[in-house]
Order: sequence, then structure tokens, then C-alpha cells
Amino acid sequence: MMAAEATERRHIISVLVENQFGVLARIASLFTGKGFNIDSLTVAETLDPGLSRMTVVTHGNVAVIEQTCKQLNKLVDVVRVTDLTDEPHVEREMVLIKVNAESSHRGEIIQIVEVFRSRVVDVAPRTLTVEMTGDEGKITALVNMLRPYGVVDVVRTGKVAIGRGNHAVVRESAGDSVAAG
Amino acid sequence: MKLKGCDILIEALKKQGVETIFGYSGGAALHIFDALYKFNDAHKEDGIQFVMTRQEAGATHAADGYARVTGKAGVVLVTSGPGATNCVTGIATAQMDSIPMVVITGQVPSNLIGNDAFQETDFVGVTRPIVKHSYLVHHVEDLARVVREAFHIAETGRPGPVLIDFPKDVQIAETEWEWPETVDIRGYKPKLDGHRRQVRRAADLIMQAQRPLVYGGGGIVLGDASPEFREFVWKTQIPTTVTLMGLGALPETDPLALKMPGMHGSRAANYAFQDCDLIIAVGSRFDDRVTGKLEKFAPNAKIIHIDIDPSAISKNVHVDIPIVGHVKRVLPMLTEMVDKTDVDAWRHQCAMWKERYPFRFEPKTDVIKPQQVIEEIWDITRGDAILATDVGQHQMWAGQHYQHIEPRRWLTSGGLGTMGYGMPAALGAQLAAPDDLVVCISGDGSIMMNIQELATLATEKLNVKTVILNNNWLGMVRQWQELLYEERYSASDLHDNPDFARIADAFGVKGMRISHPDELRPALDEAFAHDGPVVMDVMVDEMENVYPMVPAGAALDEMVGGLA
Repeated sequence: MMAAEATERRHIISVLVENQFGVLARIASLFTGKGFNIDSLTVAETLDPGLSRMTVVTHGNVAVIEQTCKQLNKLVDVVRVTDLTDEPHVEREMVLIKVNAESSHRGEIIQIVEVFRSRVVDVAPRTLTVEMTGDEGKITALVNMLRPYGVVDVVRTGKVAIGRGNHAVVRESAGDSVAAG
Repeated sequence: MKLKGCDILIEALKKQGVETIFGYSGGAALHIFDALYKFNDAHKEDGIQFVMTRQEAGATHAADGYARVTGKAGVVLVTSGPGATNCVTGIATAQMDSIPMVVITGQVPSNLIGNDAFQETDFVGVTRPIVKHSYLVHHVEDLARVVREAFHIAETGRPGPVLIDFPKDVQIAETEWEWPETVDIRGYKPKLDGHRRQVRRAADLIMQAQRPLVYGGGGIVLGDASPEFREFVWKTQIPTTVTLMGLGALPETDPLALKMPGMHGSRAANYAFQDCDLIIAVGSRFDDRVTGKLEKFAPNAKIIHIDIDPSAISKNVHVDIPIVGHVKRVLPMLTEMVDKTDVDAWRHQCAMWKERYPFRFEPKTDVIKPQQVIEEIWDITRGDAILATDVGQHQMWAGQHYQHIEPRRWLTSGGLGTMGYGMPAALGAQLAAPDDLVVCISGDGSIMMNIQELATLATEKLNVKTVILNNNWLGMVRQWQELLYEERYSASDLHDNPDFARIADAFGVKGMRISHPDELRPALDEAFAHDGPVVMDVMVDEMENVYPMVPAGAALDEMVGGLA
């Protein structure tokens, strides 16, 4: 195996699944059973109410990611697997941050919030809750900026992603690409 | 016509062509058993046979044996809770060996699910990692489609077990009975035809190779592709090794056949792996028991891999030319593109290894050698018997010393290694092939794990001949302890074994005990001629080991033993 192939990389995989009982458990069970990593996982219904879209962020070397995609494809409830990592795509994550905001710091915090184009969604006597959508780097930067004031709680959604351009699915699933050689 | 769920299930099984069901009754399945009774009462000539095993594990292994012989899904019907959990080992066995099976479990009523109700288990949850797919039937309207899909999924692609968990209230809910004639599952479309350009590349590589080796596996048997496999091997004249799961794909009497590879495989097959420059893998999966230490496996070989399951390709070894497709469709395409290979020196080399290193043992005049029992059975049957085995030394000797001639006549738990598999699997095989001689090769450890099925053999009057190679040890464990643990025989001594012949007698099965080499052949002749099941307790040389052997972590050509 080439050195590049052995290197672990972060991958973002979009999985179209049947929207029915037990699908999430099947996918989660596959990842634990095969020893694959899940860094984040989101799931929600698509335009077709019979289908759900899962976005899985995972990491591993080329062989592990190939196996992950193949094993996902093997599940009967999985309709399509797309590894978006090397395709043009947009990825976003939402975060809610509850930060200590005594009146002396409140102005500074709101300035930071504005610079990051995030917004305040809840105000309480001692805290502010901030909502932001962005990529991982931007979210981490905001959390780091707010940390000195005392971050009480952070809730992140995990990533969602979509291919850029016209096509809905950027490339065929991994299993098919092996078949096509 | 409106029918209850339990009646729809039986009608659907009939539509599906099911002739035999294996199982065990119980509370949450009573509606279904009642529906089966009424169905058979109304269909005296063409009902569905129900075989009641004496424990649910026996039912799953029997259905597995039935499936391996017929190629059709074996069907299991049991109740919820313990009835279901007793099936776990049988389901896992089928999953590991890709055996088509449909397991129907009764479930507590929908409103009690999750309440820790009596005999409740989340069986869909329990079996999730060991099934190909599973269903919990929430609505009776889905039932016919679920049955149709379950068989389709179990029997196509890479086969495997499918679970239908069926709550008691849904069993008596009514709906219109309608059989779906077609199946369309958007997430399940097995790819059957190999990519033509890939097959062409494979053909070119085969014709350029100096030392090619065909490595066939269980996929050939499961895909009913032995004729196509033989045609390919015979046209190209490439030396061929077939795995434990694929035995019978190529007759082992063929000059090109190198016998099985791997941990207890032949030196010829293992040397060929290490020396070849091209491996043509057909329906095999580079299992660790075949490859030995992966880093040292086949160091000079390029690899062509034909398999219906994309996830089997490049899982353990890097594959140069993957071909995803059904072996029965890919092989003829490939055969057409190749000719006889021009590799006389290599063929000669393989033939030399084969001649020089056969599986061997030294017969004794005062004690029976276990290998001798297998060779006598071969001599009597000439490959015409269906052989089922348990797991351990006897399994390896049966793999080594019998000449496997035809597919679907060798039933062994290769993947999971399930002790207790053999006798119930033989039972299922005998029901599938009532006129054939079915022999179960077992050990004194394994036989005890499902010995209750002797009662089923007696009740169903099945002619299975069970031959126990009795060394009063868990032999394979003892062998490893002798070789790797300085003879510390921890939890492997079975010298307090019961008298198996008398146990058989008590079940109404003919029991025999054989201790001397001179008795062996006449006793086998007598047992095979007997009209009824037989248990032969054959006392064999206690300390005999299985050789050759590739020690764990060693390369295939670092095997020990088995030399003259």
C-alpha cells in the first residue's frame, strides 16, 4: 500500500436510506460491529417522505473508507452511498452556544457574535445563547473566542453536506464504481 | 379474500414453494401453528411438512443443511424469547457461510413490545449483526410483501439468513390476501454480469501468467456454478485449489486438483499459493484460515477476484482486477476469452508437490486411526454420500481424507465453526435428499452439543449415519495445547464421556461401538446397510494430530508436519 493510501483522512459520506423502522440502528450497528469510526451523524427526511438522508463524517485510510462504503451499500435499506469528500460540495454545521454574559461583558460578546455573522437567540440575566451555522473551522473559532467568558454549554448538530452544481448525486456509490472497474 | 395474518403467512410460504419447515412451538407462535394445522388438514396431498426438532438450535442447523443440499432457503418457525434466542447460533452459522434461510419468530403482541413481557426479546435487535436483513411486521397489510422480499433477499446475491419477527396481534389481524408477483427493492439490486472490459483484462493476465493458480470457494457451490467452473479449469488447465467451503466444485480426483489450502490444507496448495504469479479467486474471500499471515501471503502474485459481493473484494488483500458479478455468468464469459495456458513447467511442479505430499497417516494394527475411518467411508461410498461434519479435528480429517466429487454434498460450518452443527444439518440434508446416504462425521465433544436431535431422527425415521471419531478429548483444543501450551490440557479432557451407543439405543437409534481396526470395515458396511439411523461410536487413537498445520502467524509455506 502506498503511503498516501495508508494515511487516515476525514471523509464525509452522504447516505440515502429507506425512511423506516430500525434504519438508524442498522447503520449505527454496522459502524460499531465493523469497527468503523463515526465522528458525526445527522439524519432527516428528504423531499420523498419514503427516503431519509444521512450524512456521516468518518475517518480512516483508503481501504477502510472503501470497506465502509461497500458495507453501507450492502444494507438492504440503503439506497445510495456517495462519498462527497473529493467532490465539490458544501458542508455546514449548526451550533448553539450558551455563554456567561454578565452585563460588563455583554457588549463585547455581541460584537463577536456580529463579526461571525451569528446571532443571539436567547437572552437571560446571566447568559446569552448564540446560534451559528458554518463550517467546522468557523464554529471552532467562535467557540474559542467565547471560551474566555465562560462557555456553559455547546450543542452541535453534526455536519450536513450537499454536492455543488446541477446534479443531485455527484457520483455513483462505491460498490458500483468497483463494479465498473 | 380476507385472511388472518397467520393464514396469510402459510399461504405465502406455500406460494413461495416451501415444502418443509423446521422448528418448535410456543406461546407467541400458537396462532401460526394452528394455521399450519388447518392448512395441512385442508391440503392432504400438498401440505407443508413440519419437522419438530427437539431444540431450536437443531431447527436452524437442520434448515441450514436442507438449504445447502437444495439451494433453496431453509425455513425455521419458532416462538419468541428463548425460542428465538436459541436460534442465534444457527443464524450466525448461516450468515458466516452465506446460507439462504428464512427464520420466522413469533413475537409478543405489539402493545407489549418494550414492556419486558413474558418471553419477550428484541430479536431484531439481537440478530442485527448476524442477518442479511430483518423485518418486524407491524402491519398485516405488509406481510405478503415481507415474505416475498425475505425469500428474494435470502436466496439471491450473496445468500444469507433473513428474519421475520411476527407479533401475535398481527398474526390474527385480517387483510386482503394477495400475493405480490414481483419484487422491487430499490436498495437491493445484486449485480450479476461482470464488466466486460474487466473480464477481458483478466483473460489477458491469465494468458500472460507463468504460474497461475485458481482459488475457488463456497461461492461456486452457492451459485450452482460448478459446471462453469470446471469448464474454465479444464480449458485453461490451470492448477486449482478449492477451499473447505467449496469442496466438490472440482472433483478432487482430477489431476489439476491440489486439495484444500490453508491452516490444515495440503502442502501442494499452500506451496502453490506462495510460488504462483497469478491468483484467480472465484467466489472465495481470502479468509485468515486460508491465507495464513497476510503480509507473507502469495508474495509474487497478482490477483483477479470474481465475487458477487463487492465488499468481499479488496477486504483482506489488494486485488488487481476486481470483477463483481455472479460466478455462473462471469465464468463463461471469461472461459470464452482464454485458451489452454502454456505453463507445462508449473503444472509439472504442482503435480510433483501433490504426489510428494499427500495427506497421510500411519495405520496401526491395534488402534483405529481417525483418518482411516474417513478413508474407509470414501472407499465404500466413492464420493456418493452427503457428508455433514461438526467442528474440530474430525472436520479437518474429513476435509482432507475424503475425495470430494460433487457440490452440495459437503455440509460443514466453515466460517463460524459451530460445534453441534453436524447431526441436525445431516437431518435436514436427509429430508432434502431422502434416497441418498447421509453420513455425519462428528467428534465426542461436538456430538453432545445437539444430541437431543437423535429424537428427531428417530421420530422422522431418517437414515442418517452418525460416525463419532471418539478420542475422549476436545481433540483440536488438545492438539493446540500440546503444541503451543506445553501440554497443559486445560478444560479439554473428556474421558468421562457417556456411552454414546447406549444413548442412541435409548433414543430408538441403533448404537454401535467399535474399538479395533479389524471391526471397522464390517461395522461401517453394517451401519450403511441398516434401514434406520445409526450412531457409531468409533474409539480412535487419542493423541493423533491433524497435519500439516500452519501455526498461527506463520506463512503458508512454514507449515509443519505431514511429511513421510
